Amino acid sequence: MAQAAIASTEQYNYDIVRKFTIMALVWGLLGMSAGVYIASELAWPFLNFDIPEITFGRLRPVHTTLVIFGFGGSALFATSYYVVQRTCQVRLYSDWLATFTFWGWQTAVALGALSYMFGITQGREYAEFEWPIDLLITVTWVAYFWVYVQTLRRRSQPHIYVANWFYIAFILATAILHIFNNLAVPVGLFSLKSYSLFSGVQDAMTQWWYGHNAVGFFLTAAFLGMMYYFVPKQAGRPVYSYRLSIVHFWALSFLYMWVGGHHLHWTALPDWTSTLAATFSIMLLLPSWGGMINGIMTLSGAWEKLRTDPVMLFLITALSFYGMSTFEGPLMSLKSVNALSHYTDWTVGHVHSGALGWVAMISMGSFYHLIPRLYDTRMYSTRLIYVHFWLATVGILLYITAMWVAGIFQGLMLRSFDDYGNLAYTFVETVAFLHEPYVVRALGGAFFVGGVVVMAYNVLMTVRRSRIEAAELEAKLAAKMARA
Amino acid sequence: MPEWLLWFTRFENSKVAALLLFFFTFCGILIYVYTGKKRSRRLESYKYIPLQDDDSHLDAGSGEAESNERREK
Repeated sequence: MAQAAIASTEQYNYDIVRKFTIMALVWGLLGMSAGVYIASELAWPFLNFDIPEITFGRLRPVHTTLVIFGFGGSALFATSYYVVQRTCQVRLYSDWLATFTFWGWQTAVALGALSYMFGITQGREYAEFEWPIDLLITVTWVAYFWVYVQTLRRRSQPHIYVANWFYIAFILATAILHIFNNLAVPVGLFSLKSYSLFSGVQDAMTQWWYGHNAVGFFLTAAFLGMMYYFVPKQAGRPVYSYRLSIVHFWALSFLYMWVGGHHLHWTALPDWTSTLAATFSIMLLLPSWGGMINGIMTLSGAWEKLRTDPVMLFLITALSFYGMSTFEGPLMSLKSVNALSHYTDWTVGHVHSGALGWVAMISMGSFYHLIPRLYDTRMYSTRLIYVHFWLATVGILLYITAMWVAGIFQGLMLRSFDDYGNLAYTFVETVAFLHEPYVVRALGGAFFVGGVVVMAYNVLMTVRRSRIEAAELEAKLAAKMARA
Repeated sequence: MPEWLLWFTRFENSKVAALLLFFFTFCGILIYVYTGKKRSRRLESYKYIPLQDDDSHLDAGSGEAESNERREK
């Protein structure tokens, strides 16, 4: 096995994939733990301890940044660098530029998380980085684009496999979104504070054009790229329909760009913009489900793999959550449903069914496929993969059902009137009602983090085993040489 | 600015023009993808690309057992 590893290392740049994979796990563990902590703060507010740096308001962007950009971003760098090399059958362009993207990205994530704890933020959701970090991200992203495109240009394979289309769409769209949403004027050259170039409703619209497309291109398109490579590989059979994947790609890329306005229903946003966003959100159901069906049907004729392969369980469960959250999203984008759901915890539950169920599960399934190949050994324990799967699944279910209960009741309570037209409940009564669902949510999150701890242990032991195997082989070779 | 370009700057025109442009482009993609036996075969052949590099001996889960069996044989 170690010989195969040497051959692969020469043919492909696996070092950069390993680095991003490990960092994805590190950020995932930190970011999800921060999430459980802030969920606990909401259930038991004394946990704020009156320490500004760890209050909910400051730790919340730390959580979102670490899980989206730290965990999700590093997982995308890792898998995209792996997939582009394997499907183009060529080594990644420029080792040093790829290494630069690693350090650039990790520095940006670390600086971002630290700066939020000290209250340095531009206050734009999922884009809280202040301008110097935004510049670092821009440079890193251009380098990423260049490495990816140059690798594609050097491919041995005449066709660019569809997974790479999704990855390149993600890289391009993220660049556009990041630049336009972060157009800001710094207060001074040596000041970290800056003010957005936009104001009022235009500012809100730009922010949510960014916000929803971050979901669409960062958290969906790119992870679909992951799905189109790792599901067929793990199943050992090709994707159900390649032609459907092409239609899926174009329809999804086109429709996502228009839907951001659904985050601003019933605000100062022009009514037609709001309706347009809702219409496109409903249309998005078709490509989303087309892609989900394409992924799940890849297993057609080999369903028994779900009984025997825990990695396949991760991948197919991820697709099921993808289908569920892409049904729930369009439903919530309807103005009448949104009137109830917006500003409630239903939104938080919806986000997490996508983030935990789809993004995290597909990443973890892909990592379980990837890690044995990166370290040229087998996973330390298959049983621990099952333990992780069930901890994660139970955690997600607890989380989202708690948030459905919290959100729907919260919405109903806030809209209830008595016979005289007065509000039936005071705001604080809705807060008191939320305590129990918040406890269940924190418990669900703890289950999920427990699964990640199990995974981290399994990966650590796998890496150790790989090193022991390599050392044994070296010793055998040395003994052989000595005898000769 | 020429008159025909000014026509596009009016919102009531540009919305419809954009809708028709994107709708027919999408129809074009659908027709391209799903017509022509040869083209369909060619497009479908690309789905085997990920399977062209054989590294299945490292599978976790069931693959683990299968690969061990294969090696024993």
